[in-house]
Amino acid sequence: MTNTIRFKIKRQDSPDSSPYWQEFEIPYKAGHNVVSALMVIRETPVTRDGKKVKPVVWECNCMEEVCGACTMLINGEVKQSCSALIDDLDQPIVLEPMSKFPVVRDLMVDRNRMFENLKKSKAWVDIDGSWDIHEGAPRISQEEWDRTYIFSRCITCGSCLEVCPQFDKDNDFMGAQIIAQVYLKNTHPTGKFKSADRLHALMGKGGIAECGNAQNCVEVCPKEIPLTTAIGDVGRQVTFQVLKDWFGK
Amino acid sequence: METIKDNSFFYRRLHSLLGIIPLGLFILEHFFTNSFAMQGSTVFNDKIVFFATLPYLIVIEIVFIFIPLLIHGIYGLYIVYTGQANQIQQSYYRNWMYLIQRVTGVILLFYIGWHVWTTRLSALFYGKEVSFDMMHKMLASPLVFWWMLLGVVLVAFHFANGIWSFSIVWGITIGPKAQKRMGYFTMGLFVILAVVGVRALYAFL
Repeated sequence: MTNTIRFKIKRQDSPDSSPYWQEFEIPYKAGHNVVSALMVIRETPVTRDGKKVKPVVWECNCMEEVCGACTMLINGEVKQSCSALIDDLDQPIVLEPMSKFPVVRDLMVDRNRMFENLKKSKAWVDIDGSWDIHEGAPRISQEEWDRTYIFSRCITCGSCLEVCPQFDKDNDFMGAQIIAQVYLKNTHPTGKFKSADRLHALMGKGGIAECGNAQNCVEVCPKEIPLTTAIGDVGRQVTFQVLKDWFGK
Repeated sequence: METIKDNSFFYRRLHSLLGIIPLGLFILEHFFTNSFAMQGSTVFNDKIVFFATLPYLIVIEIVFIFIPLLIHGIYGLYIVYTGQANQIQQSYYRNWMYLIQRVTGVILLFYIGWHVWTTRLSALFYGKEVSFDMMHKMLASPLVFWWMLLGVVLVAFHFANGIWSFSIVWGITIGPKAQKRMGYFTMGLFVILAVVGVRALYAFL
């Protein structure tokens, strides 16, 4: 067992400046994860060769892998750094920001595109009336709940997009995250009233047709969401939507 | 209600459909017809005459083969351009299939371009006779033989694996189990088609 923890961190001072690498070393302590280790580095931001530098910038929030904020590349794999335990990682631990989102600073990226795409695809459920509509809450069968609940576990971390060969900084593809949320909202008893709108959004630019079925998304999803099942199901919904659009009026 | 302002969805689905109908069906017919070569030159040449004397042949060829090939090939190149392979970071089976589908597609664009020229267009323009004997002479060159063997195997793969992704795109196979079964089926089809194609090729030697 080594008595230190070594890091190699890709740093970038501003969105437009070029990235560079720095190495850090901190004393070993059992139970460290990447976030707690980054906090130690932040206390004394000195590189391995003794240079005092600006503290490393990263985002984190929940510390229990449910907010997605601390997602980054750890030894080349996309992970949440709060749940990435140091004891499980080869050293030096290489930290990089996600490559498919614009870097804000160091390990912090701008994931706003995902929220914009949620808006574009109307991936929400309208309330069924802000007044008394004399009806109880819509019912969902146990079977349906079993099938769809897992899609609500999405933490908008961006892992599925990071590994997608069709998702790129310079294109419009919305990716598995959005398709899964459209699937979830289209199955909801109230949400399904807006199904056609969501499907039409996915039939537009950057929609489901851009998917190349490489299926990396489902391999890396930290919440184990069956993303490719959503892609298949929404693909079927879109096929029927095309038939309705072309022959239904 | 939201209207669709962009045609990429239409082209992408058209590309997907054309790969199966008519191009996939044509591959099945083509491999099957070529297999008559195993029964000798007379039988094979009879089939050539049958196809060459079909009414409206040129229309059939243009509408059901030439135009679909062009659209599928050119839009396919565009699809290759929109992707960024990442096998080194993400070495999953399906991700490899994603890459192989694109690589075979690009090679086949060259192969089919060459094949259409040598065995159809040059015959049409210069009155060269297409027959068992012509294939026999062409395949005497080891370079041509191995090039055609490669083309046959790659087209078998590209078609079979294309059925796999077609089934997801159009919503036929949704869950992972169905997709896995379709994976076995399509790889089985790949092997069978490749064997049929290569046997036909050998029959001309």
